[in-house]
Amino acid sequence: MADETLDVRGLTCPAPLVETRKKLKRMEIGQTLEVIGDHGPSKKEVPEMMMEQGQHVVSVTEENGIWYVLIKKSK
Amino acid sequence: MTKATIVVFSGDLDKALAAFVIASGAAAAGWDVTLFFTFWGINIVRDENKKALEKKDFMSKMFGAMMPKGTEKLKLSKMNMGGMGTSMMKKRMQGKKVKSLREMIKDAKELDVKFLVCDMSMDIMGLKKEEFIDEVDEIVGVGTYLKESKGADLTLFI
Repeated sequence: MADETLDVRGLTCPAPLVETRKKLKRMEIGQTLEVIGDHGPSKKEVPEMMMEQGQHVVSVTEENGIWYVLIKKSK
Repeated sequence: MTKATIVVFSGDLDKALAAFVIASGAAAAGWDVTLFFTFWGINIVRDENKKALEKKDFMSKMFGAMMPKGTEKLKLSKMNMGGMGTSMMKKRMQGKKVKSLREMIKDAKELDVKFLVCDMSMDIMGLKKEEFIDEVDEIVGVGTYLKESKGADLTLFI
């Protein structure tokens, strides 16, 4: 289980990116965040942009059109 | 650090939205983002709740009254249709859960986007720093924009 969960289902560009970053900012280093969404391009972009930002992306999975991105806050 | 600078020249709602989508996306990726508001773009950062200063010359007062005061008053660059198009677009954005421009500005600030306003445009249009939203960091000249853009990885004029 992740320490925190963020549900961005129904949100579109750029909200999944922005909300993920805002949430991570308020977390401690070492904590994990699971982002749940359904905006197509964000499945790829949330992990990419968070890696760009220096975070550790643990996993990306998808089930029935809903994706799950698990991020470990590293900075 | 990857860096982006955006000149926000236009005061059209659609173009302002484009600028803020890019700015907040880049900031979410950890980029250092600077927005430079100039000409019509400075109307985006006017605070609708702040009163204009009393001591202003006639032309400044006239400009102030004629230009849109803040995000709610901005219009689309196309299909405005006397305001109908703009309000339809806003409704549609709400329905599609796209944030309003004002919310995007708040998000951008929370992600440390820098807001610079062009001093010369303020002079021409007769606007003062006290009339802007609190997100505005600094009033600057073109030199600051150039300094910020030197070595930037992305620079846009919107």
